[in-house]
Amino acid sequence: MEHPLTHRLPADAALTTRVRAVSLLGPAVAAGGLVWAILQPDRLTLLHPRGQGFWWLLIEPPLLVVAAGIVFTLLVARPLLSDLEERDAAAR
Amino acid sequence: MLPHAEMVHWLFATGILFVGLCLLCEAIVGEEVWRKRPWRRYLWPGLAFSLGLLLWPVMAFFTNSSIHMYAHGSWAEVLMLAGGAELGLVHGRLHSPLWRLTWPLAFVVSGTAFIVHEQNSWFFARSAFLHHLLGWTFIAVALFPLLLVWRPQSVALRTGFALMIVSVSVMLYADRDVAPVFGHLSPLAGSPHR
Repeated sequence: MEHPLTHRLPADAALTTRVRAVSLLGPAVAAGGLVWAILQPDRLTLLHPRGQGFWWLLIEPPLLVVAAGIVFTLLVARPLLSDLEERDAAAR
Repeated sequence: MLPHAEMVHWLFATGILFVGLCLLCEAIVGEEVWRKRPWRRYLWPGLAFSLGLLLWPVMAFFTNSSIHMYAHGSWAEVLMLAGGAELGLVHGRLHSPLWRLTWPLAFVVSGTAFIVHEQNSWFFARSAFLHHLLGWTFIAVALFPLLLVWRPQSVALRTGFALMIVSVSVMLYADRDVAPVFGHLSPLAGSPHR
């Protein structure tokens, strides 16, 4: 016996995978930057700012990676997730 | 008051990482959902075009030889061409999918420029190693955008393309002014710092 739910299950699983992938992307990048900062703390000139110039204080690669992850999550991933769920709801 | 060259590489790495993440998301959710909001369809092509535009001041202020100038100029040109073509396609001004051939063209030109303008061997210093690695990477993976012209809906190709862009950003983040690579640093490269 077939039930509408049994038809939806594979589609639901695919959606869940996609939602998870999109929602994890930004945090994973930010976490990568954080791990880099922990592994190479000497790259963070903010931790030892004496004698550092403007650019060395501003441009620190691990922080750029963290910033990219956060900006991506807030500006791209969140609206995209709501669109993905909205489309799925409309499809049902 | 200009930033060091490596900092410019890191800033471009951040832009390229963002483009790669957008491409990856587009591959995951599909074109239909990605293009649901009008601003999003222009996001990564616009970023790519802007990165090409920003390569011009890099060419003007950060190159110290003719061959470096030509390399940066060629990157600026092909990135603007490919980004502009993609903008035209998503806006509907351009219709032929063959415009997407500008991406493999951009990759092959970029890769060749990387290899040609690096005068030193792989293990001379980290920057030399990265130039060779980036050059050959660009040439090898130009296959992804080339195949995407004929199979634009392939999730595997789209994901591969996105991951390749992310890997380019990782290589750019690894750049240092003078630094060893796997323990190798030519005495001719100067003393390592940072």
